[in-house]
Amino acid sequence: MKLLRDTSLIFQRQAQLLLRNPVWILVGVFQPVMYLLLFAPLLKPALGVDSTAEAYQIFVPGLLVLLAIFGGLFQGFGLIAELRAGVIERSRVTPVSRLALLLGRSLRDVVSLIAQAVIITLLALLFDLRVFLGNLLLAYLMLALISLMTSALSYGIALVVKSEDALAPLMNTVAQPVLLLSGILLPLTFAPGWLQGIADWNPFSWAVNGTRALFRGDLGAPDVWQGLLIMAVLAFLAVGWAAREFSRSVR
Amino acid sequence: MIETRGLRKSFKSRQGRAKKTIEAVRGVDLDVSDGEIFGFLGPNGAGKTTTLRMLATLIEPDGGTATIAGADLRTDPGEVRRRIGYVAQGGSTWDGSTAREELVLQARLYGAAKSAAQARTAEVLEAFQLADYADRKCSTYSGGQRRRVDIALGIIHAPRVVFLDEPTTGLDPQSRAHMWDEVRRLRAEGMTVFITTHYLDEADALCDRISIMDNGEIVASGTPAALKREISGDVVRVDLPVASVAAAAQALSAYKLETYEDNVRLYVEDGGVAIPQILRALDAAEVPLAGIQLHRPSLDDVFLTKTGRSLRES
Repeated sequence: MKLLRDTSLIFQRQAQLLLRNPVWILVGVFQPVMYLLLFAPLLKPALGVDSTAEAYQIFVPGLLVLLAIFGGLFQGFGLIAELRAGVIERSRVTPVSRLALLLGRSLRDVVSLIAQAVIITLLALLFDLRVFLGNLLLAYLMLALISLMTSALSYGIALVVKSEDALAPLMNTVAQPVLLLSGILLPLTFAPGWLQGIADWNPFSWAVNGTRALFRGDLGAPDVWQGLLIMAVLAFLAVGWAAREFSRSVR
Repeated sequence: MIETRGLRKSFKSRQGRAKKTIEAVRGVDLDVSDGEIFGFLGPNGAGKTTTLRMLATLIEPDGGTATIAGADLRTDPGEVRRRIGYVAQGGSTWDGSTAREELVLQARLYGAAKSAAQARTAEVLEAFQLADYADRKCSTYSGGQRRRVDIALGIIHAPRVVFLDEPTTGLDPQSRAHMWDEVRRLRAEGMTVFITTHYLDEADALCDRISIMDNGEIVASGTPAALKREISGDVVRVDLPVASVAAAAQALSAYKLETYEDNVRLYVEDGGVAIPQILRALDAAEVPLAGIQLHRPSLDDVFLTKTGRSLRES
């Protein structure tokens, strides 16, 4: 009960600050939209599919997962600014739930990600993408889990390293191989066997496969429940770890 | 109100390859009574902030015990948090929020319902003379206004003890004087105020009792007046025409004194009591005098005698 109350307090505050500068949501959408407009048209011939709609069906889910991963991973920067301003310490001397300090922030990130995902989906509809609503909602659940995980991870790491200078290269180093090994931009079906073997160890590649299956309308594919399960477990672990960092004594 | 015994904390730091353990706080005993302004004085790096952060539940002590407002720091930090307020040195406001938003949020984090939090916020804004800027963003505030918001945030839940970490560092003299008034007002409202400072005059003017910390240890505790008396008493300097110095020394032979070319200096327990007696003695001996001055030892003299160096230098 207290956890719910505290989480909603932190969430409201964070959401209020975000809404005061809604331009950030649009900035977040800008890059994916560029991919949608300038990169996706190359895919129809490259993937050897029959229609643009089919190309978008493969590309849009990957793009959304990309957005969830990167959007989450870079949330730590905001937290470092809050650490520096003393806002975190001010919260930590109150009896507020430490888990709520994390969850309130991560939920804000999830909600803003879903808002961005909706914008991109709507734009893709203009390019003849078609997807069942139920499947779409499940895909959004997948995105929510991914962004919950990556933002919690990013907050936890921010609390450990405490400086933008350390966080930026760290996040880029993590994000790049994750991106390349997840088949986000091009499906890994084109990849040589050894590359596919490595990609199987990348949890995000399962998430991308699951999301693609949902956009294909293939609800029964094992990729769907496997992706959701893996993301749920990882999100749980990341939240647990980051909440511990929030409660741990920081000098 | 605050009682600590043997509070300790060390940090590990790495310099190149060698790991070093720094003993930041080595066994601190403190006794702070209900309703006093307690000053924690010492040079930068003495361990004041570390001690304060331990008492505020922000870092865990390595050893020792502490009871704050009746709650045990080691076994029940949650209850300690409810009963204390803490104002950090570096500030605690978010530039994009307004003072009112910050205060309402903070009150709610302490468990107040929305309407109670809003009412209390209005009250505190008024008391700290912040009502006029309450709905402006914190980024527009002056240093003094910002510091008042910080303190308002620390006492929004009407704690029994409030810890202020160097509340006047970096403020101009006027804002500093204003801050002293705020601190006295908090005490008048019944709060116990625990304040760290490295300003001698601040500890002297503001605090009922002080502890002086150096190198992780308490080197002296007491009221500022008692601490100063303890070291040397007062110095009374009597300026005289050169021809009268010998006669004056004769008339004041009952005192411990040193003679100089145009003055004598007397070392007395309490200058306020001694001066009238000195004047009478000189008058009786018909010695003309050019002037009289009272020098009180400062807290810096106290620090000097306890640690062998001046606080101003360290």
